[in-house]
Amino acid sequence: MAEESFLTDDFLGQLISVGEVDILIGLPTHNDAKTIGSIVETIQTGILTFFPRERAAIINADGGSRDGTPELVVNAAIGDARRSSKLYALRTLPSISTQYASSPANGTALRTILAAAELLRAKACAVISPKSSQITTEGLAALLRPVYAETFDLVLPTYRRHRFDGILLTNLLYPMTRALYGLKIREPYALEFAFSGRLGSQFLVQNPWHEEAARAGSEIQFTLAAIAGGNRIGQSFQGTKEHVERHSADLVPAMRQTVGALFSSLEPNFGLWHGKAGSQLIPTTGAEQEFTLEPLRINRKRLREMFTTGVAELESVFQSILSASTLAELQRIAGLDEVRFRYPAELWVKTVYEFAAAYHKSVISRDHIIQALAPLFRGRAFTFLMENRNGSADDVENNVEGLCLEFERMKPYLIEIWNGRE
Amino acid sequence: MREMIINELTQAMQELTRGFAHILPRIIVLVIIAFAGWVVAYLLKVLLRSFLRLIKFDKLSESAGASQLLSKAALPSATELLSRFVFWVAWLGFILLGISVLGIFGFQEQIAKFFLFLPRIFAALLIMFFGLLAAGFFSRAALLAAVNANLPSPRLLSVSIRTIIIIFVLSMVFEEVGVAEETVLVAFGIAFGALMLGLAIAFGMGGKDLAQRFLEKRFGQGRRDEGKEDELSPL
Repeated sequence: MAEESFLTDDFLGQLISVGEVDILIGLPTHNDAKTIGSIVETIQTGILTFFPRERAAIINADGGSRDGTPELVVNAAIGDARRSSKLYALRTLPSISTQYASSPANGTALRTILAAAELLRAKACAVISPKSSQITTEGLAALLRPVYAETFDLVLPTYRRHRFDGILLTNLLYPMTRALYGLKIREPYALEFAFSGRLGSQFLVQNPWHEEAARAGSEIQFTLAAIAGGNRIGQSFQGTKEHVERHSADLVPAMRQTVGALFSSLEPNFGLWHGKAGSQLIPTTGAEQEFTLEPLRINRKRLREMFTTGVAELESVFQSILSASTLAELQRIAGLDEVRFRYPAELWVKTVYEFAAAYHKSVISRDHIIQALAPLFRGRAFTFLMENRNGSADDVENNVEGLCLEFERMKPYLIEIWNGRE
Repeated sequence: MREMIINELTQAMQELTRGFAHILPRIIVLVIIAFAGWVVAYLLKVLLRSFLRLIKFDKLSESAGASQLLSKAALPSATELLSRFVFWVAWLGFILLGISVLGIFGFQEQIAKFFLFLPRIFAALLIMFFGLLAAGFFSRAALLAAVNANLPSPRLLSVSIRTIIIIFVLSMVFEEVGVAEETVLVAFGIAFGALMLGLAIAFGMGGKDLAQRFLEKRFGQGRRDEGKEDELSPL
């Protein structure tokens, strides 16, 4: 109960009036009025359909919405869901909202939900982010059931994605997490996931929750903490993940949230990952991962140009991070024309591992290290697009699998440079 | 006459002996203080060197860009330089303390001035070091941000920021040690003003098209189009 101190009195009062629950759904929001109504309705229908006898509550942790999102959550009456799906509720399903800050911070939102779950002694919890969610009632049940009815501590989603969506996941986060921790977790950075009350309380106590952590990718930190704690992890197929349009400027914040969190997890978990070899499947409900192939307009030329400019302009920064041979090889490929340009898997893995070691040694500001990786990632993304331009879904999967094996094969190199080369 | 001469000589010798007897213990004290000072200064140097190595001060100095400056000036590493500096300042302090024991007229005032000046030197060195550190950090931050935002001439932007900060730091250092305060202030004002004016003219006139493209990209239609072109979703 030590974590209750940062919750407002009003929120605490509302939680106390709810009492204990079996299932808790956390909704971190910020100006999500357009989507939140349908998501809350889906959640209510999902609970009424699949968990009619369980005590449940919806907790909205809002980061200062100005479009009335919290009001929409609180006012979404369970009767609406009942009427639309002809279901009968055996229990009430309270929806509570709290504003944790005037600006959004994923970490603080998660902390609020975890603290609420601990106070309500929830057995199973799910976090659903309206930013990315296309959650269905079956999807919600598939996330919660293994935690509530079986003995899983964390259930992460898998999706049917466009082959060129989530390139940072397929080219860095998934292969590196898999190589280091030995588990084939397809979405280590998940915006919808379910977890046990025990894991939630454990993370609530162990995570430092300082200002930096509140901004960093608390979702991936949660996954990594579950792995480090030896918790039982599963996956559940959630259907198609819609393509989200992004600006190129979104890459650096995304890398800070995910790659930064992954790199910083390596230090405290060195004892866990340095001895592991190979990787194993984790229990998955439904497909492990599917790729769709419809055409997508991507400015490949711009990706390569930004890589080339980055390699030329950031030479002084790379000299502090990369080995001379890696830098020389990057400079060589940066000089190749568009047709011959290729950022091979081996060089990409070597680059990422050298960045991870440089991050560990803090050779320069850690945030600068993550920023310096962004132009190189664009080069790798260009190669990934070219290699899979005409490939089938299986070809893409094989390409990703090949990269994963390369990460696993070169893991001794990371261990060698971890404490070795200055 | 002879007796007078002998008396005077004896008196002079006695005075000399008295003077010598008067100054000799003080010289001995000076030597002892100087020797003790050397031991203390040497110990300080060794301790400081070990401490700086422990906190990887050379690495910090390298990232601040100070190591490159020292290397160009054929000076030893930042750790070694700072250790030697502390050694000499400490030993010189002890020697001057010893000299003050001799009671030489007017010298004590100079020694007092020297001791009063020491904190200002330390402050100037600190300003210099942290200034270089800030210059290195902010110029690198600007370089990375410019590269990731695909802005033109990122290195020029980075070097400009570094130069401005270093000019600012140097003017602060000179002001702190009291060297040509007014000249430095005026020179800084002129240099800084000229740099800003130059940048404004260069950006507004010379880079008219570039400025137009930049502003369009930043606030206008260009940005929306550019975003749509790059539909890569990393997560």
